Amino acid sequence: MKKLFSLILICALALSFASCGGGGNKDEKVIYIGVNEPATGESGAGGKQETLGIQYANTVAPTVTINGEEYQVKLVIVDNETDTAKCPSVAQSLVSANCCVVLGAYGSALSIAAGPTFEAAGIPCIGISCTNPQVTLGNSYYFRICFLDTFQGKVLADYAYETLGARNIYCLAELGDDYSVGLVNYFCEEFKKLGGNITASETYPLGTSDFSSYIANAKKANSDCFFAPINIEPAALVIEQSNAQGLGMPLLAGDTWDSNVIATAATGTNLEIAFSTFFYSGANDKTKEFTKGFQDWLKANPDKLTDNGGNDAVAAVSPLGYDSYFVALEAIKLANSADPKAINDALWNVKYTGVTGEVAFDTNGDVDKDAIFMVGIDTATGAFKFITEQGAVD
Amino acid sequence: MKTVLTAFIGNACFCSIFQSLAAFFRANLPYILAGISVGGQYALIAIGYTMVYGILRLVNFAHGDVFMTAGLICFYLSLVMPLYISLPLTAAFTVLLGFTIEKVAYKPLRDAPRTSAMISALGMSYLIQNLALYVTGGLSKQYPQIPFISRSVTIAGATTKMVTIITPPLVIALVAALVVLIKYTKIGMAMRSVADDFDTSRLMGIKIDQVISMTFIIGTFLASIGSMLYFTNYTAIVPTSGAMPGLKAFVAAVFGGIGSIPGAVIGAFIIGISENIIKGLGWTTFSDAFTFALLIMVLIFMPSGLFGEKKTDKV
Amino acid sequence: MDKKKQIIISLVLIIALFAGLWILERMVGTNSMLIVVLKKAVIYALLVASINLLQGFSGLFSLGEAGFMLLGAYTYAIFTIPEAVKGNVYQYYNGGIIHVNLPVWMALILGGLVAAFFAFLIGFVVLKLKSDYLAIATLGFAEIIRAVFQWDALGGITNGSNILRSFPGFKSVLYPFAVVGLCMTAMMLLINSSYGRAYKAIRDDEIAAEAMGINLFKTKLQAFVISSFFAGIGGGLLAMYQLTVKASTFTSGLSDELLLIAVIGGIGSMTGSVIASFLYVAANEWWLRFLDQPAFIGTFQVPLLRSGFRKVVFSVIIMLIVLFYHQGLMGTREFSIAGIFEKLMGLRKKKKAKVSGGGTEK
Repeated sequence: MKKLFSLILICALALSFASCGGGGNKDEKVIYIGVNEPATGESGAGGKQETLGIQYANTVAPTVTINGEEYQVKLVIVDNETDTAKCPSVAQSLVSANCCVVLGAYGSALSIAAGPTFEAAGIPCIGISCTNPQVTLGNSYYFRICFLDTFQGKVLADYAYETLGARNIYCLAELGDDYSVGLVNYFCEEFKKLGGNITASETYPLGTSDFSSYIANAKKANSDCFFAPINIEPAALVIEQSNAQGLGMPLLAGDTWDSNVIATAATGTNLEIAFSTFFYSGANDKTKEFTKGFQDWLKANPDKLTDNGGNDAVAAVSPLGYDSYFVALEAIKLANSADPKAINDALWNVKYTGVTGEVAFDTNGDVDKDAIFMVGIDTATGAFKFITEQGAVD
Repeated sequence: MKTVLTAFIGNACFCSIFQSLAAFFRANLPYILAGISVGGQYALIAIGYTMVYGILRLVNFAHGDVFMTAGLICFYLSLVMPLYISLPLTAAFTVLLGFTIEKVAYKPLRDAPRTSAMISALGMSYLIQNLALYVTGGLSKQYPQIPFISRSVTIAGATTKMVTIITPPLVIALVAALVVLIKYTKIGMAMRSVADDFDTSRLMGIKIDQVISMTFIIGTFLASIGSMLYFTNYTAIVPTSGAMPGLKAFVAAVFGGIGSIPGAVIGAFIIGISENIIKGLGWTTFSDAFTFALLIMVLIFMPSGLFGEKKTDKV
Repeated sequence: MDKKKQIIISLVLIIALFAGLWILERMVGTNSMLIVVLKKAVIYALLVASINLLQGFSGLFSLGEAGFMLLGAYTYAIFTIPEAVKGNVYQYYNGGIIHVNLPVWMALILGGLVAAFFAFLIGFVVLKLKSDYLAIATLGFAEIIRAVFQWDALGGITNGSNILRSFPGFKSVLYPFAVVGLCMTAMMLLINSSYGRAYKAIRDDEIAAEAMGINLFKTKLQAFVISSFFAGIGGGLLAMYQLTVKASTFTSGLSDELLLIAVIGGIGSMTGSVIASFLYVAANEWWLRFLDQPAFIGTFQVPLLRSGFRKVVFSVIIMLIVLFYHQGLMGTREFSIAGIFEKLMGLRKKKKAKVSGGGTEK
């Protein structure tokens, strides 16, 4: 017993020293970019698609030049399990892996939970699809390349009021999820300002699979629109159960719904679904070119295709992930250094035009976007259909 | 005169109570329907808990996860074969799983302290969830559509799935069959005897291992039927899908009086309906907490539950 | 070996430990995985030890650890978020309603006290229940606490279900080691006092203990409250480590995880808990991470290795320990300086040394 125990301890010590020693070969010109994304759990499907965008970008531009020397860019990908409790540890593992800049995360809650760790370590982060204002607010190391929920909430409220003609809206958010709670909050503010009425704003606890009562509540309150900007997995359940219970009103949601999981769930139902998103593949030549390149890459790599959900539909988070990688490269080039602090300073001055639009950071580290794509689902075929590109009406 | 008056008033009272009750039912019909449906599914899980507890005095934490695994097995089987083969096979594999778990995780600890077996159950639950996570890659799986019971129907203005209507009679039929089995067959008699007094039964020559295996087989079989009904309603399966239904079913078993099969079923229906009505009232944050509050109340004020035997060693 | 000598040696060892940590931290950097693992592991050690105090020394089977950790973590966070950023954190609740700021150490202790107070109330209700019923009832209370803390109506205090952040953490690994060291010493002293002997008596035989004049209910309540106090402090430390707090992360799964670590270390051995925590955290966060990454030997892909495999390996190890190795790493023995000393002497004298209690933490 004692022998076994001492053996374990010795092994442990040996291992820890071994890994201290092997901290990285200095002769090899490698620069590490961290990817903090969920690959499992509620946001796993979306996180994987975002990671695919980054990986694709990495195959397009595998090197970066610093001080005239070519560095190989290696991605350090970690899975935060869509669990805010795991985020600090996962963030620490990226810090320890000597990442000079980190990309991610998919969800706002995950980004907020990881943020302080990166801030404490002085490593800049580029948020990809985390839309809650809290991500970058008061954290000078967190940037973001997508629009904010204050803006998205406004656009969605306008859309609901003007285009859908809704006056009574039922809102559903996930308890403790910064993204959905925040977006519902901004949405309600704007919608009330427009003169609309919120029939109820409810939350469901994580892991809920029975949404029938929420759907019944929306119907009972005579709502004329169901606003549910929730994660992909529960959203698929809401769609399925709304269809079974005959919801009888349009479903409206935010950027999370841009996923082939949602499209599959909606296929064959008689629901009207609309959501806001970052990207529409048919928008211009640049987006079409990206879509083609990305789809070819997916088809060439069967395991990547599996990660994308089994088909080659392009989710908005993939091009967004793609852009984030190039923004990071721009910052590294601008800083002309692999030092996180220098990259952080350089990020404020980065100007980059990606497939999802212009990127230039303001004093909060956010990008000022002026329009959002509204997309619907053709429930007969399961294809996304472009509705409109909408700016905020003031 | 007086009697007529009181009768009249009484009648009026009765009428108004009846009317308000009727109004309550009409307004809450969707919640009650959902509650009955989910309650029936809890009931099928709860029977497994209550039987195992009755015989082994063990809270089989892994039971909820077996329920989830049944869903996953059905998902993977239905990818390669038609439903009329995959459904019975699902039940068979689930039963095999339950049987194996007992042999591997509980049998070696039969004479160890009760907490050891409980820790083993926790560990088993952890293992099953992690295995499911590994196999599924952490993404939810879409349960196959079972024709007929997946269809939507409308009753009195409330639209729901066919499975909601089928669940209660199916549950009652299964429970009736189980009660007959326990009352009139030899193995049923052995089960009752073991539940009554473990050691004496052993002395009397009852094959304890056989009885315990049978208990697990029946429990997991019912859980697999429950999973077919449950996942037809709530179609996404994730590794933690079984945890909450499992806990709620356990609470139902305690509420009904642990060891009592009709008790577990009635407890499950009560919990299913009340949690949905609570959600309907807008107290969604507390829909899970309510179940636990109920559990604590029952443990403290009514330790033997609704139908439990009075002599228990909880207190 | 006399008592005085023992204390001196312990002190020297503790100072050596801290000096070693200080040097190590400067050598490998605060952000290296080694330091990160040490930080988390030492906090886990306190939490597991507090479970062990209940389960191993008093025979009370509780699954409510996460609830008390939540209380400690929230109390700490609420009272240490600087006034300047309250508006940002409590953005939906107008900056919250609590405008008291406490020093870090005071907030930590307050967290422990809040957890202890709730343990007192809950214990009053549930401690009459036995073994598995007690476990289920405490689990239920933890879930209820979690729901209450996510309640909108309390948003001014708890920020509803939203995250709490921007409160101070610790920079150096010495801080958690110092706090946990103090707590562990207190727990050790308690276990070796007459109170601790009363706990053990209850664990071994309730009826006999009662016959010996031990007030069952009072003693159980005491153990429950003390254990929860340390769980609260551990929760506060965990908040400092994570830098964010959110009610939805304090699930029953967390309690189960901690309980299983206690089982690995040996139910009834404090040093076992400490060792198991360090091994568990190091393996989980660091050494076994490679199991989650696909690996290649040449062009041959090693089978089975992919996301999630680490957890499967872990749960199998835990099941093996539960089934074949009930005692865990340490059983009910303790690892102490006096013990080692005696052992060394004993080797010469060919006398079997029996080790019991009275050591320092690790």
